[in-house]
Amino acid sequence: MNILSLNALCAAPYGSPLLEDISFNLEAGQVLGLMGPNGAGKSSLLHCIAGGVGISSGELSLLGRPLAEWQPLSRARTLAMQVQNSALNFPFSVEEVIMLGRTPHASGNDCDQHVLTEVMAATDTTEFRHRPYTQLSGGEKQRVQLARAVAQIWREEDAAGRLLLLDEPNSALDLSHQQMILALVSKLARKGCAIILATHDFNLLSAHADRLLVMRQGRQHQFGAPMEVLTPALFQDVFDVQVLIQAHPDNQSPLVVHR
Amino acid sequence: MSRDRKIMARQLLALLYFLLPLSLLAALALGSINITMGESLRAISQLFQQSNDQAAVIIGQIRLPRALLAALVGAMLGISGAAMQGIFRNPLADPSLIGVTAGASLGASLMIASAGGWIVGLGGLGLISLGAFIGGVLAVMIVYRLANSEQGTSVATMLLAGIAITALAGAMNNILELFSSNEVLRRISLWRMGGLDGADYQRVGAALAVCLVVVVALPRYATALNALLLGESEARYLGINVEKTKTRIIVLVAVGVGTSVALAGTIAFVGLVIPHIVRLLIGPDHRYMLPASALAGASLLVSADIVARTLIAPTELPVGIVTAFIGVPFFISLLHRRSDYGMQ
Repeated sequence: MNILSLNALCAAPYGSPLLEDISFNLEAGQVLGLMGPNGAGKSSLLHCIAGGVGISSGELSLLGRPLAEWQPLSRARTLAMQVQNSALNFPFSVEEVIMLGRTPHASGNDCDQHVLTEVMAATDTTEFRHRPYTQLSGGEKQRVQLARAVAQIWREEDAAGRLLLLDEPNSALDLSHQQMILALVSKLARKGCAIILATHDFNLLSAHADRLLVMRQGRQHQFGAPMEVLTPALFQDVFDVQVLIQAHPDNQSPLVVHR
Repeated sequence: MSRDRKIMARQLLALLYFLLPLSLLAALALGSINITMGESLRAISQLFQQSNDQAAVIIGQIRLPRALLAALVGAMLGISGAAMQGIFRNPLADPSLIGVTAGASLGASLMIASAGGWIVGLGGLGLISLGAFIGGVLAVMIVYRLANSEQGTSVATMLLAGIAITALAGAMNNILELFSSNEVLRRISLWRMGGLDGADYQRVGAALAVCLVVVVALPRYATALNALLLGESEARYLGINVEKTKTRIIVLVAVGVGTSVALAGTIAFVGLVIPHIVRLLIGPDHRYMLPASALAGASLLVSADIVARTLIAPTELPVGIVTAFIGVPFFISLLHRRSDYGMQ
């Protein structure tokens, strides 16, 4: 099932073009890795797909329907996004923050409590569920925000298709919690949720993404399977660094090593 | 919402529902002439009969409209403050931030100064209130217009525009005072201190109509306000119509605060401190915070007015002075304890 389809998408919310000519398709259960240097337009693209930034030309459709035609509420049942920096500075408890992810759903308190328990277990947030969000560390806050976004699209029966957008969800996480994100992403993908994951961790993407989209200066530089995309030439072109690419000893996926 | 906090929230609401009638009853009984609770209740029951009983006259004509006005104004200030802090994502925001108080002051001063000496009696008070209401709403409209752009309403710009308009209105007010006669000057400054002494049933009626609208309409945005605390994009991605929500809340707050300033002058700290105390007790969930702030604001202002009337009776203090004297020490103590409730 096609979840998301972009065709020659351009966006220029502040006058000058921010995104130009981006085209790709995302199927249910697929994981798309989004990479590129700082300021390449990764976050802008995610906000565009989520409906927060309008497009100036091209097509953007969710479940086969143009995004602009979606009602905000039904869109929120289908699509969730974890943004990079959260403005929350009110002392909601961790539980309350995660439950805000259930705002668009009318699934009832019992169901929401059930989702809460499962999501907290999957994001390792159960132990500080009663603590005020404002007193958490950076990595803990990031896990809570992840949990909130995941709670929004947790149940298969809530929507015809589901899309989760994660904007650098692992930037403040320790190694074991990065592993936890991977497990969570694979679990959601197995259940048919499409995921777009923006991160600077190439090795994470190479092993777990079905497709990679490399962005550069607001344009689509490359789109394809990690095997094809991750080459020394790409890193030289886009990031201006020299790397070695080797086969991962376990699964033969490309392993990026700094020189 | 965690179970403990939910129970706390329900308990607080129940307590406040109980406190409000109690404080109203106290406001009827206490004053320069003390009347027992029993007599007060009897006087209320005889409200619609012509009675020459002294207690009945004092309560029916003076204390009851005044207590009701205090409750209505307190409720509007409390709930408006809670909504303002939510929409600005800032627990230190105050309804006066969007310029409504300063605009209303200027409107009232203009009325007092231009009408000159003959502005006495009830008609005069009505005119001043009208001037204050128009001034307050106009100021908010200007602030809102300044903060609006193609990208929507910027809350940060609105805050700064509010500060600018407040300063401008303050300066214009000062010019007015500079060229006013002593009597007009005194009337302006007395009006600005805030007071409920002009209370009558006409004012109660006006306050009741606006208060009902505000108190019924604002809680409908409780879930949207909760989501807005996460940030505007997050709220949008949770299915909230952010622009519509912001506009409607600002209109409701402007009308609510404009009405209270028009009817009772500027009353300090109720809109700031009440939501703060409520949040400290039950957390920031607006589904409980908005009604609790309305009830607590009503009780606080009724109680403060009792103090204002009785402290140096028969002379009355403007109630704004009392709320400031109660509010400021409390607020400073909150600032010292801010880490306890997770505010940086």
